[in-house]
Amino acid sequence: MNFLEYFKREQPCSANVAKERLKIIVAHERLSRDQPDYLPRLQREIMEVVARYVKIAEDHVQVTVDHNGNYSVLELNITLPKSA
Amino acid sequence: MAKIIVITSGKGGVGKTTSCASIGTGLAMLGHKTVLIDFDVGLRNLDLIMGCERRVVYDFINVIHGEASLKQALIRDKRVENLFILPASQTRDKDALTQEGVERVLKELSTDFDFILCDSPAGIEHGAHMAMFYADEAIVVTNPEVSSVRDSDRILGLLNSKTQRAIEGQEPIKEHLLLARYDVERVEEGEMLTLEDVCEILAIPVIGVVPESEAVLKASNQGVPVVHDQTTDAGQAYLDTVKRLLGEQVDLKFIHPEKRSFLSRVFGGGRR
Ligand SMILES: Nc1ncnc2c1ncn2[C@@H]1O[C@H](COP(=O)(O)OP(=O)(O)OP(=O)(O)O)[C@@H](O)[C@H]1O
Ligand SMILES: [Mg+2]
Repeated sequence: MNFLEYFKREQPCSANVAKERLKIIVAHERLSRDQPDYLPRLQREIMEVVARYVKIAEDHVQVTVDHNGNYSVLELNITLPKSA
Repeated sequence: MAKIIVITSGKGGVGKTTSCASIGTGLAMLGHKTVLIDFDVGLRNLDLIMGCERRVVYDFINVIHGEASLKQALIRDKRVENLFILPASQTRDKDALTQEGVERVLKELSTDFDFILCDSPAGIEHGAHMAMFYADEAIVVTNPEVSSVRDSDRILGLLNSKTQRAIEGQEPIKEHLLLARYDVERVEEGEMLTLEDVCEILAIPVIGVVPESEAVLKASNQGVPVVHDQTTDAGQAYLDTVKRLLGEQVDLKFIHPEKRSFLSRVFGGGRR
């Protein structure tokens, strides 16, 4: 680190950006890790149905299965755009 | 009964084979009878790093297929007692590695050895699956870099679901993080993920930190695992890793930059 760099340090360094991106993608992938095989297809079909009525982006439909003791919950989360 | 340890990573080229060679050699140097198995069928390299490439006659697949006995295929290390290498096949394809065959060979080795180290190929395909399937412990080699960390997390998921211990509901595989090619100077500059960052994301205990080191290339050029040279940083890091694996408490080295004066920090210089 030289004299100038010593003062430029304030801006977020690339390692921090890497860490934040990793935290998000790893959390996301952990969630989908233990999910049933049919889930991606289910998600796509729900997408198609919703898209007939509202214009939404792929990542606005989230489908997860949570296991809770002796029952499981299918959770469906659809974020609609403001204009809908 | 031997302890079976897989050296794995997901991502290629992060230092699995380098680590397998030095950790295995270190275990043997400390008196534990150890065998290293190369699971990288078609791309064998452990023999080169161990410096025994010209003594390979039979390989792992030959043993699995009953074309050679274990005794014929095992290569005795020239430098350390109690150390053996079982090379991968260079000519067969990966499917020759059958699960029953792998299990039989591991069982046979188990009665005679203290440690069995499985050097996994990169990826998450059959070879990597076979290398981890019967493991008791896993050393996940990770570089402080986004794709390596992500792939390591993926591998942790597989260790927890697709291995014998997971499937049979036994005690889970004991997981260790080995952070390799760590460059404290670049960490200091904010250009490289820190040890703490990687630990926070992967959430498994650290077994060692191996610095980015010129000694590693020199060692593989010569076919002498770097752990043999205790004057080198990487050599020391690997021996410490082995001691921790054996339950000893050893402080991590090479995680702080060498102290430089305030002036040299401000005005640069004094580096490299
Ligand atoms: N600590 C280190 N410092 C510098 N170079 C290193 C270090 N560790 C490994 N390397 C280099 O990185 C390269 C890859 O190492 P190695 O073959 O051990 O990785 P690998 O994970 O087994 O690769 P593959 O996935 O192809 O099997 C080699 O050239 C090796 O010399
Ligand atoms: Mg390798």
